[in-house]
Amino acid sequence: MHAEASQAPHADGIDPVASARRRERRGAGVRIGLRVLALAYVAALLLGPLALVFYNTFASGAGEAWAAVTTPAALHALYLTILIALIAVPLNAVFGVAAALILVRRRVPGRPLIAALIDLPLALSPVVVGLAIVLVWGRNGWFGPALGELDIQVVFALPSMVLATIFISLPFVVREVVPVLREVGSDQEEAASTLGAGAMQTFWRITLPAIRWGIIYGVVLTTARALGEYGAVRVVSGGIAERTETLTLHVEERFQGFDYVAAYGSSMVLAVLALLVVLLMNLLNRKGGGGGHHGP
Amino acid sequence: MSARGMGADRPRITFGRRAGAPIGVGVAVLYMSLIVLIPLAALTGGAFEGGWSGFWDAITNHQALSAVWLTIKLSAIVMLINAVMGTVIAWVLVRDRFPGRGIVNSLIDLPFALPTIVAGLTLLALYGPRGPIGINVAFTQAGIVLALLLVTMPFVVRSVQPVLLEMDRDMEQAAASLGAGPLTVFTRVIFPNLLPAIIGGCGLAFSRALGEFGSLVLITGNIPFQDQVASFYIYSQIESDNRTGAAAVSVLLLVLSLSALLALSALERFTSRHAR
Repeated sequence: MHAEASQAPHADGIDPVASARRRERRGAGVRIGLRVLALAYVAALLLGPLALVFYNTFASGAGEAWAAVTTPAALHALYLTILIALIAVPLNAVFGVAAALILVRRRVPGRPLIAALIDLPLALSPVVVGLAIVLVWGRNGWFGPALGELDIQVVFALPSMVLATIFISLPFVVREVVPVLREVGSDQEEAASTLGAGAMQTFWRITLPAIRWGIIYGVVLTTARALGEYGAVRVVSGGIAERTETLTLHVEERFQGFDYVAAYGSSMVLAVLALLVVLLMNLLNRKGGGGGHHGP
Repeated sequence: MSARGMGADRPRITFGRRAGAPIGVGVAVLYMSLIVLIPLAALTGGAFEGGWSGFWDAITNHQALSAVWLTIKLSAIVMLINAVMGTVIAWVLVRDRFPGRGIVNSLIDLPFALPTIVAGLTLLALYGPRGPIGINVAFTQAGIVLALLLVTMPFVVRSVQPVLLEMDRDMEQAAASLGAGPLTVFTRVIFPNLLPAIIGGCGLAFSRALGEFGSLVLITGNIPFQDQVASFYIYSQIESDNRTGAAAVSVLLLVLSLSALLALSALERFTSRHAR
């Protein structure tokens, strides 16, 4: 620094051009170092492992991989996963929009408390969610004896798996729709209302079109969560093959049984679904002009 | 969620006086109760089935304490690594230009969309006993940390990124033209402005790590006092039909998660007030 500064033409011994260039050079070094660090981290944790599983799945041939993901157990697991999502996602979408409208447009007592309760599933362990459901609907649970008399089985059967999935994926639509509702405001709704539109008409013609991208984004997140849920479903379902085994449970069961081709194959089905979700999220973000981008 | 939203203080015309509205609120409340409130009440009821002393005994059980302590320790490590690496990734994605940046940016969300069991399986494929590079983290605490790092990766990145995007670069340029090196610019100008967002992301990552289950199933050996974390302790108590023990530790875990979120959001507000 001093050696170079002594050659500087300036009276105060600092050449602004040279020092700026030096800073730039040092800045470029830091920038490239950070780039390498960031990319290496993402590659080591996410891309490397995922690419290896892709490779492993097809290492023994695409035919074998296909056979492994189309066994009766795998197909039933896929069917069950989709069935649960088809029940849970629409229910949460309708509830999410209603809850967002109530939180933003109405004055209900205890609004912050309601908002906190809706967010609660994000802070809960999936195992805890499963346990809570067993304690209500299980044989020795709150409603257990009554359900037993009616001969309705909830735990270790489809209903409890749906309940667990709904619980886990509850917050996403609400969280995406609330900021959009705030942003669009209620001016247009009020105008429609003064012009004689009924509540239903106002909702379908004014509110819904304004918040549709928020809803779609929330539905995408809800679907991803519903398809991928493991812990809560594991606790309530018992994971009986071809009966209460979803695709995520099937992956675990096959892996523990050393059937790696099947475990990798079903994982790839789920990973491809996840990649599709990420692709959709990106398209929607562009379409909806950014919106509130916060993950689970 | 505050009442700051537009139109919050205007007279309600849209839904207030309609006959259908109360029914809508009623149905929403019923749904909320059936799905969330009643199970949580049953969980709390289960935890206190044997009164306060029963609850206390269940959470001060040696194995439970050791599992909870290990969970806190590993989550804290994961949170700190996330604070550093999340900020680095966010900085690179916002300030750096290189081919493929858009793709990397999109893929950061993948751990949110990827089923947890698949996340664990992919890590085990590369770093497990059958992996090609000769590293084996299966049944170790390092394996747990790795899985937690993967599932919590997006939190800090996604909370720091928007702040960096909006940040005025004039301040940095002013500091640099006054002779500050990149390091000084970072520690004195960039970092204080990012700190609230980093803390916010850390809170979410910590809370997620505390309860994580699916990504650890294939990786942990689940050995009490060694690598058993709290969610697995709860699971093992459910399996052995000790519902009070499972529910009590569940309540403890929930309280820990909520207090961490509250404390970190208070810290977030404090640092954002003192940043500028």
